[in-house]
Amino acid sequence: MRYLPLNDTDRSDMLARIGVDSIDDLFADIPANVRLNNLLDLPGRATEMEVERRLSAMAAKNTSAGSVPFFVGAGAYKHHVPATVDHLIQRSEFLTSYTPYQPEITQGTLQYLFEFQTQVARLTAMDVANASMYDGSTGTGEAVLMAHRITRRSKAVLSGGLHPQYRAVVEGLSAMAGDQVVSLPADPGGTEDILAQIDDETSCVVVQSPSFYGQLIDLKPIAEKVHAHKALLIAVFTEVVSLGLIEPPGTQGADIVVGEGQSIGNGLNFGGPYVGLFATRQKYVRQMPGRLCGETVDAEGKRGFVLTLSTREQHIRRDKATSNICTNSGLCCLAFTIHMSLLGQAGLTKLARINHANAVKLKTLLAAIQSVEVLNSAYFNEFTIALPKPAGEVVERLAERGILAGLPVSRLEPDSKEVANLLVVASTEVNTDEDRAAFASALKEVLA
Amino acid sequence: MSMNTQGRPTRPGEADGAFHPKTFTGNRGLDMEEPLIFEFGSLETTGVDLDEDDGVQFELGGHRRQDEIGLPGLAEPEAMRHYVRLSRNNYAIDSGLYPLGSCTMKHNPRLNEKMARLPGFGDIHPLQPVSSVPGALELIDELAHWLMVSTHMSAVAMSPKAGAHGELCGMMAIKAAHTAAGRDPKIVLVPESAHGTNPATAALLGYKVVSIAAKDDGTVDLDALKATAEEHTGNIAGIMLTNPNTCGLFERDIKLIADLIHAADAYFYCDGANFNAIVGKARPGDLGVDAMHINLHKTFSTPHGGGGPGSGPVVLSERLAPFAPLPFIRKTDGGLELVETTSATTDGEQPFGRMTAFHGQMGMYVRALSYMMSHGSDGLKQASEDAVLNANYIRVGLQDLMSLPFGERPCMHEVLFDDSFLKDTGVTTLDFAKAMIDEGYHPMTMYFPLVVHGAMLIEPTESESRAALDLFIATMRDLVMSAKRGETDRFSGAPYLAPRRRLDETAAARKPVLKWTEPEPAEVSPAAAE
Repeated sequence: MRYLPLNDTDRSDMLARIGVDSIDDLFADIPANVRLNNLLDLPGRATEMEVERRLSAMAAKNTSAGSVPFFVGAGAYKHHVPATVDHLIQRSEFLTSYTPYQPEITQGTLQYLFEFQTQVARLTAMDVANASMYDGSTGTGEAVLMAHRITRRSKAVLSGGLHPQYRAVVEGLSAMAGDQVVSLPADPGGTEDILAQIDDETSCVVVQSPSFYGQLIDLKPIAEKVHAHKALLIAVFTEVVSLGLIEPPGTQGADIVVGEGQSIGNGLNFGGPYVGLFATRQKYVRQMPGRLCGETVDAEGKRGFVLTLSTREQHIRRDKATSNICTNSGLCCLAFTIHMSLLGQAGLTKLARINHANAVKLKTLLAAIQSVEVLNSAYFNEFTIALPKPAGEVVERLAERGILAGLPVSRLEPDSKEVANLLVVASTEVNTDEDRAAFASALKEVLA
Repeated sequence: MSMNTQGRPTRPGEADGAFHPKTFTGNRGLDMEEPLIFEFGSLETTGVDLDEDDGVQFELGGHRRQDEIGLPGLAEPEAMRHYVRLSRNNYAIDSGLYPLGSCTMKHNPRLNEKMARLPGFGDIHPLQPVSSVPGALELIDELAHWLMVSTHMSAVAMSPKAGAHGELCGMMAIKAAHTAAGRDPKIVLVPESAHGTNPATAALLGYKVVSIAAKDDGTVDLDALKATAEEHTGNIAGIMLTNPNTCGLFERDIKLIADLIHAADAYFYCDGANFNAIVGKARPGDLGVDAMHINLHKTFSTPHGGGGPGSGPVVLSERLAPFAPLPFIRKTDGGLELVETTSATTDGEQPFGRMTAFHGQMGMYVRALSYMMSHGSDGLKQASEDAVLNANYIRVGLQDLMSLPFGERPCMHEVLFDDSFLKDTGVTTLDFAKAMIDEGYHPMTMYFPLVVHGAMLIEPTESESRAALDLFIATMRDLVMSAKRGETDRFSGAPYLAPRRRLDETAAARKPVLKWTEPEPAEVSPAAAE
């Protein structure tokens, strides 16, 4: 077996050195009646070539985003990632290192985490960011729990513009933990009256902007009302590129900011691994979940970095920890940090402008189709259209024509008749004018 | 043009061993000091060439960003050099033995990386039409099959994002099963030797954690467990037990423990962090386990990546299978169906909810399946056997000098020492570990598990050759002898030869600096102002 350095001579010599007759003597603690005597009922070993052949055959059955005009967003976005990023994250020293618990020999990881935290804090205009969560959705669940700890209340109000699967994560966790959740109905146009839901029992309000439907939301009035009731505003985003162009949640009064960072540095990967961004105010730092990297000095006075404030974490505090999280998204943070370092604010701003411009162009084309209605007044690179028939069918028919057109909301909200005809579409820098024209003309045909 | 050797000395002169130059840059040859991007990047620079946007009228409402973001950019060569230099300050499996107990730092095959980057896996969107991704469902289903067969369990919840997330998933399934049966028990039993994630997970779901003591041999005290079960009868939701346990020992009474737990109307959650020891040797389904997460980033070789991403699918027993969370794949005569919402469920499917958006860590699934297919049933068994063999080889190589807390008995894939061999030497476990760094090794897991004093948990994995183990053993013996000879300098100031000396963690925590900020402009001295 190509991954195993021991040969049979090694094995028998080593058994002799250990002083046992056979390898099974080392497994003697496993009760005999449950010890396996036969091989698992699985195929035998395979050569590198054979594995490659079989997995490539599976992969070939899928339509990759880069191979067609592609407009699906809804929480994960197709962007161009510079070749440098993937090369660097495959450096052995990054790829095959563990969590930096021995800081003297993991300054590489620690320094990029410090850079990552700084980048996220600046992007969101918040005081501090942690070293990542699994993804945006689990980060949102953790943010709600954190708000409950801070406010000592247990009612969360979720905007109808929150990604339905993020909502499901929060609802599931809350139901299990015995906390209360008020989820507002789907809100494509950003017109819900969330202020009316906030009272003195409210722990936190969770608002996504750009919303799941693409609508930009003014967080400031919500923050004001939330703070008047001594509750917290949790601001969520799924498209981090938007922060290159739109007002960050930090300057709008958010107390906790959670986002999906996949768009920068990370591929689509069918939904994971991604990287959850998590930031808050300085005064709440000790209630944060997840790892934090901090600056310090070594015995010679040289600057260095360490994991810090670990008394919040499970390996120290056990059942009193702020979260059970251990592993985070280390390598995805690195991809994010490298891509963001390449962009800089000059590149990010330009990338964001192109994304927005492409969405405006697509909107103009689609809005020109009779029977298509655009539901958003202000948006970034994604918006929602209402079709005259169920969006699911339309998307299937467009897929047959080689166009992956967006997300029919009904896929995530099958029980809501109001959203059956809604389609969420995104246009990023990867789309060309030809892609958009093809989409618009195919949609026109399908709707005719 | 290469350098001509004509006329230049080609042998070193006489070395002056005493001279250590203090360099102008602070660099030491290949060991380079590297600033933060914020200290040398420029707000004007970008390393990504983008087309111009066409001056389209913005439709942002009043939401345009006004503040300066403050993110410097780097040109591509600058970025390349910066991150390559940083990488060189990291220890990694690819550069040396990484004996972190409980972490399973095994070789990460590059075939896995190549497969995960196939556009048909790496460049597909989680919400593009299901009809356009049949190969993705096939891959997930195939991996699920390998996981279920190797554990002999009925179902697997694939979506948890890491080990602790898998624990949460398993315990949520247990809670859902109790609720469905009209029960509401409040207690979860956790042995003292457990990973911190176990009690943290139970607490997250509102359970009270009751600790179970260990016997002198490092395994669960069955009598204590019986007594606790009786004391809290009718109020126990389950037990969270790691097996093989964190002392590197297989719980011999595992079946009795499972029976006892089941008799108490409770469920057996097994922490599968140490599954690498027993793949192909024993199946959790035969041990009475109801739920167990599998760290794909430990047992099945997906890279740790400096702390993640992980992946923690949870295998479930027949009793818990109905409660598996969304999404899941349903096999029908017509092929594979992706079930993403409650309304798509059929009789008998009662998902407790959803752990995450989308479908879990696809990128890790591809890598894990690539690893499992490469090994096959024979290779998986061989890997476990080699892992256990290597750990025992280290045990016998060191047991006369270091101290085994539970006597000279075989261990599984990791061997646990305590610090009694360092008694009266003036060297602590931490000092000892830091001295290993100077010898070119990553230290073992220290001070865990909590049940022994000054724990040192060594897990070599199956990826090490005999020569590598021999050198490690010889090095450890040299260090122990040195400590026993009272050569404390070698330890108390260690590491001396790493990119950094020991770091001040207390200062870091006392006044946390968690991001870079512009230094205050230096005060102008009165003399300079004149």
